[in-house]
Amino acid sequence: MAEVKLFGNWGSPFSCRIEIALKLKGVEYEFIEEDVYNDNKSPLLLKYNPVHKKIPVLLHNGKPICESVVILEYIDETWEGPSILPKDPYERAMARFWTKFLEEKCFPPMKQASWSTGEEQEKAKEEATELLKILEGTLSGKKFFGGDSIGMVDIVANFIAHWFIILQEITGLELLTHEKFPKLGQWLDDYLSCSIIKETLPPKDKLTASFQARIQAATTSK
Amino acid sequence: MASEDVKILGGWPSPYVMRPRIALNIKSVNYEFLQEQFGSKSDLLLKSNPVYKKIPVMIHGEKPICESLIIVQYIDEVWDSGHSILPSDPYDRAVAKFWATYIDDKWFPGLRAISRAEGEDAKKEAAEEVIAGLVLLEDAFIKCSKGKSFFGGEKIGYLDIALGCFLASLTVTEKMGNIKLLDENKTPNLFKWAEKFSSDAAVKDVMPETGKLMDFAKVLIAKSKAS
Repeated sequence: MAEVKLFGNWGSPFSCRIEIALKLKGVEYEFIEEDVYNDNKSPLLLKYNPVHKKIPVLLHNGKPICESVVILEYIDETWEGPSILPKDPYERAMARFWTKFLEEKCFPPMKQASWSTGEEQEKAKEEATELLKILEGTLSGKKFFGGDSIGMVDIVANFIAHWFIILQEITGLELLTHEKFPKLGQWLDDYLSCSIIKETLPPKDKLTASFQARIQAATTSK
Repeated sequence: MASEDVKILGGWPSPYVMRPRIALNIKSVNYEFLQEQFGSKSDLLLKSNPVYKKIPVMIHGEKPICESLIIVQYIDEVWDSGHSILPSDPYDRAVAKFWATYIDDKWFPGLRAISRAEGEDAKKEAAEEVIAGLVLLEDAFIKCSKGKSFFGGEKIGYLDIALGCFLASLTVTEKMGNIKLLDENKTPNLFKWAEKFSSDAAVKDVMPETGKLMDFAKVLIAKSKAS
């Protein structure tokens, strides 16, 4: 029986984060696919995450850990290998700060800009642009948010590098471009050429098809 | 030993500001408490926290650290005086961080929703949600405390600070809404814990007095109605 199990979904940026971290540390794990988007959650998932009933859940020696950022820190503290968080307390505080910034401030308007229309979309686009400018600033002199190698912030920014870029292509949105954000553009190129990232991100065509199906379903139900 | 040139930018009513102050007290680290004027933001605050422009901000030497729980973790990692705030075991740490996230993302917004709820039914529903959350936290307490007085065990820890900072707001909400939220019968362990937490040496001088906080809340409500 595998000592490390991960409850996730092939298309979820959140469980993808955990897979990236486990692979960085060279940890073998069993991936348990949860049909979350069809609200078909397994009894085990409901048992291990009764509070939120969400993926990802990491099961280590039978003990569940929930909330992706909490899981990332747990992985960093439990296994040897490349650091996910820096060692210096101030740098750690900065990494945690930018992680929270991405999750709470950046992703909502970026998602909103992708899925909404009209005035709502315009507002979201403006907000997202301002936030991307802040992110661009944090990359000054650095290849990755984590410095020379991928760290916590880069892992959490997987949403931007893959899911958001695909949504942009589908919707014709041009929020994040190499021209508008040269440092973020370079980061995208470097990030997406990391072997662990390449092998862990869900296939682009599969994700594109699933987004297109969602858009189709949303427009036909109106 | 780390330099003790520490400032906290904040305000006495804010539960979030309490968190780093409790942590610094646990570590016996002296700090300068710079209170923001309510209704305006100082240049120092805007310079130190340009992204959120919010309190608390800790300035250690020249370096600003923002977001209350991030500051608490920073304090724990820099100073080893007093006792450890985060548990030593990685799994226990993950559990503490999980519940702290739950408190900030779900439980406290639920508490705030009570005073904003319009009508008796809405108020009752909002209160029931907060009580349901306290029942979950009671269970978490039993598991984390392992029979001792605090979530952190013998001494106050991360989760005690994360939840305990809201006790004064909880009491004010109960009094102003004429409702009982922290119930001795429903959550007996939390009920006892609240008393112990509030009277702890690291907490009692930074926890706002209920009457004073209630007056402040009334002023806030009056201002928001007037605008």
